[in-house]
Amino acid sequence: MSATRTFGDYGGRYVPETLIPALDELEQAWTSLRDDASFQAELEELRNSYAGRPTPITLAPRFAPGQRVYLKREDLMHTGAHKLNNALGQVLIAQRLGKRRIIAETGAGQHGVATATVCARFGLECIVYMGSEDIRRQAPNVERMGLLGAEVRPVDFGTRTLKEATSEAIRDWIANVETTHYVIGSCVGPAPYPELVRELQRVIGREAREQFLAAEGRLPEAVVACVGGGSNAIGMFYDFIGDDGVRLIGVEAAGAASLGSGRGGVLHGARSSLLADADGQIMDAHSISAGLDYPGVGPEHAWLRDTGRAEYVACTDDEAVAAFHRLCETEGIVPALESSHALARALDCGDELVLVCLSGRGDKDLAEVLRREHE
Amino acid sequence: MKTLVVYLMAMPDTPALAEAAVEAGADMIELGFPFSDPLADGPLIRRAGERALAAGMRTARCLEVLAETRARVDVPLMPMTYASIFDAYGWAELERDARAAGATSLIVPDLPADVHPELRRVQLVAPTSTEERLRLAADATDGWLYLVTVTGTTGARAELAPTLAPLASRARAVTDLPLYAGFGISRGEHARAAAELTDGVVVGSAAVEAAEQGAAALAALVTELRAGLDDET
Ligand SMILES: Cc1ncc(COP(=O)(O)O)c(C=O)c1O
Repeated sequence: MSATRTFGDYGGRYVPETLIPALDELEQAWTSLRDDASFQAELEELRNSYAGRPTPITLAPRFAPGQRVYLKREDLMHTGAHKLNNALGQVLIAQRLGKRRIIAETGAGQHGVATATVCARFGLECIVYMGSEDIRRQAPNVERMGLLGAEVRPVDFGTRTLKEATSEAIRDWIANVETTHYVIGSCVGPAPYPELVRELQRVIGREAREQFLAAEGRLPEAVVACVGGGSNAIGMFYDFIGDDGVRLIGVEAAGAASLGSGRGGVLHGARSSLLADADGQIMDAHSISAGLDYPGVGPEHAWLRDTGRAEYVACTDDEAVAAFHRLCETEGIVPALESSHALARALDCGDELVLVCLSGRGDKDLAEVLRREHE
Repeated sequence: MKTLVVYLMAMPDTPALAEAAVEAGADMIELGFPFSDPLADGPLIRRAGERALAAGMRTARCLEVLAETRARVDVPLMPMTYASIFDAYGWAELERDARAAGATSLIVPDLPADVHPELRRVQLVAPTSTEERLRLAADATDGWLYLVTVTGTTGARAELAPTLAPLASRARAVTDLPLYAGFGISRGEHARAAAELTDGVVVGSAAVEAAEQGAAALAALVTELRAGLDDET
């Protein structure tokens, strides 16, 4: 079985030739490992004994009175966000490929922390590229990566956020491809990454679907997730795609709505829907939430949008911050600002039975939220 | 005679710079159309691209600069730009308009040979390319084959990369087309050493840096590179 390289007109491999053999190698490794019982058993064991899976679902009655809103608690997983699902799987693959140097990009710092964590666990060298603006607003995660033994390399040009951090990580990979595996943090990038990341994040939706059925005896009317690059959303949505009655709602930051207000274009190795101008120059995204502050999105989401199977809506910074406070005060859960976008739209999606991906916890965001309120 | 390809970022003064480079001994000009996120480029060309975009060098304006350059020099001209620029303009449309403005061929560094094969262009191969991919690129390429000397992005380096020699002999085994080596070549001695292995060199970052200091500095660099190449033959 070969990996999926395109999703309709989206996806593909728009990268320098230097990387093609490494992408082929990764694709081959993944194609055999996805059906390899020993690999799957090792991953499963780590998910359970190290990462803390399965994560529960939690009904949020005070947050959403009049609805039955369940939260899929990825915030409870080790390192505090869904990003570890992907980092664990990819580092296991890197080990099988014999690559001992690991690089990653990070926006909110959650993917960097997840990658640094797994590298510490396996004794691998870890370098994380992070925009200097994100280093400022996600300081606790920068310190965590340091504690975990990773080197954080600031990216101090262009947007100084996730877009530039990703470009620099890809440039590092081009220069060191023979020794290095690039653990990309979302379902973006050249094939096979979008499919690989989706498959590693699918555990979210697989668990949540069963848990929801057990709790309610039926499927949700709507499944809601925030969309930055789109990995928690695709992981949450995927096992519901065949359930025709279930709405799939992706929530983008209003200032980074690559699906809602984007156009076709090429960024970071794939064709997708992007914030770009008529000449194909990539535009800056703006979001209070570093993890959503990205002008691109995974190609599979662009395809799900075009086919109509999923819908994508926006949420402003203010709405996300309001949902952040509301969940803190009504349920005693501090959500990540990224996840708060999904929470805001879960409240007004018009459905009663709703499943939301609470992709991460908000400790990293406290300083930014408080700073904003004191201004 | 070995071939000297000089890269210049498209700017309003590029036609005059290209003329100076050709007078000093450049055989071909590669003309960068800037892109906001140039993955194959190191800091020097990335920053030149940022300045070009700030100066309004969008695709239509770049095509004008190409046409103005064509009016002044009669050597081959090759726009170099990224897939996103083609995707936005239209793949066939940009090829047509670039050729109409005087382009001899095109170079798209984030477009491997098997992607958009219908676009006729100079293909790039790298030290990591397998034999199968070398053959694919050599069969598809338009006129000559671009040997990326290093596993890495563009940018001047102290030494000529040791990875060029094995790549050049592997490429020579699959094609009789001219092989020009680029990435990291910035001085006459690099050009001389690379020319012992190939049919010519492409000089990017060093040329961009010299061009920023004006036509005289660019001509001096080209003269040095030319001397290095001619020395070898
Ligand atoms: C908690 C959390 N949720 C969501 C995201 C957005 O990424 P994705 O859309 O890939 O899930 C991030 C990214 O940093 C994150 O940290």
